[in-house]
Amino acid sequence: MKKKADVVIVGGGVNGCGLAYNLAKKGIDTVVFEKKYLSSGATGACGAGIRQQWSTHENAELSMKSVKIFEKLSKELGEDIELRQGGYLIAVHDKEELLQSEKNVEMQKSLGIPVKIISIEEITKIVPILDIKGMNAIAATFCPTDGHANPFKTTFAYANAARKHGADIFTHTTVTDIKTKNKQVSEVITDKGCVKTDFVVNAAGISSEEICNMVGIKIPTKPVRKEIMATERLKPLFDAMVISFKDGIYFSQQNEGQIVGGIPIPEQKPGYKTAPTVSFLQHMSKTLTRYAPVLKHINMLRHWTGFYDVTPDARPILGQTKDLKGFIHCHGFSGHGFMLSPMVTKILCEYITHGKTSEILESLSLNRFKDKKIEHEMAVVG
Amino acid sequence: MNKKKTIVCRCEDLTLEDVEKAIDAGYTDLEELRKKLRIGMGPCQGRVCIQLVQKILEKKTGKKVCVKSLPKVRPPVIPVSLGALASDEK
Repeated sequence: MKKKADVVIVGGGVNGCGLAYNLAKKGIDTVVFEKKYLSSGATGACGAGIRQQWSTHENAELSMKSVKIFEKLSKELGEDIELRQGGYLIAVHDKEELLQSEKNVEMQKSLGIPVKIISIEEITKIVPILDIKGMNAIAATFCPTDGHANPFKTTFAYANAARKHGADIFTHTTVTDIKTKNKQVSEVITDKGCVKTDFVVNAAGISSEEICNMVGIKIPTKPVRKEIMATERLKPLFDAMVISFKDGIYFSQQNEGQIVGGIPIPEQKPGYKTAPTVSFLQHMSKTLTRYAPVLKHINMLRHWTGFYDVTPDARPILGQTKDLKGFIHCHGFSGHGFMLSPMVTKILCEYITHGKTSEILESLSLNRFKDKKIEHEMAVVG
Repeated sequence: MNKKKTIVCRCEDLTLEDVEKAIDAGYTDLEELRKKLRIGMGPCQGRVCIQLVQKILEKKTGKKVCVKSLPKVRPPVIPVSLGALASDEK
């Protein structure tokens, strides 16, 4: 292990590896420490979705710019990330939801996102297996450039490209402490050695709180266990990701033909417990077969758990605070880390290399929780 | 043995050559191999292939794979139809 690096990143998920790639490409000497294997946290357990339909302007802008990067990423990294842009279809169930949707769509359109409100007839044209009565929809919003990509392959592709540009990525290496000097980070201690550095990036997902504790920074994030399932492979049935904020369900058909989806369970509480629940199996199968009755004949193969690192406003914590120089936050994604990663890692790279800040970085800084009024992201699912 | 014709994972149609190539490319963690190749993600859920992959990995790297790092068994263990799971009948 080298003794010194320009930047040390804690966490080998899509954001850690993506940032390592962006930095290494600019010639920055970068080291990544991952305590398990690459994509072992939220990245590897996620639903693979990429959407631009949000209620807050920051998330919409970050995701819209991320989609533009995703579209060219396979070529840029030299490995297929299996991007499929079949759109996101968000069910609208009542007048109240329609009002919020109209507001969201107006804001998204003003940014240039090609989203629109569609009728119930159009819903079944886009996803023929849906039962309008069963899903209880009065309309939907649809954005054709939303979609999904393979989170494992995206992370591996970022990591491989980062290594090609000279980044060092250590898996099965645990960060045990971070040393500071005069309100500036100075050294990262791991179970395999120490590296001196001026920049530490906390991209540790639900372990971010633990990493922040090492330097005495408090964050208001809570780990929330989420469950998700996959069916057997089927012939191509539909291209869009179907979601409902009211029912909490989301599902899509992936590249290989399996349907992947999740739903929250009623008794969900914050905590680190990982075991999957029977409640999820019942809840998911009932809701999914209500939305698409034909799927009752399809086998579920497995169901697993992952964590959202949820902030009070369901938006990520990014950038640096004045309390500690060189400590860069890149966490609190609240279930949306994969889809925001291309743009998040790009702006954090610009911030680290040129000190370039932006409106988005300012409004997503940890400091925002000091104010009483925070703007909550309403468009959250799962 | 023809590595191109030796099937390791029947569900995902992966050969010994596919697995060895991935190991050579640096995927030396069983979970990373699984996520890269989808090995163990088909209807058998790894019951047929994971132990074979473990042996191939150990042979190639010369390192024992720790039992703890074997992929977790995920419910419902055997394929169950969504209709059966959604049913209230006991």
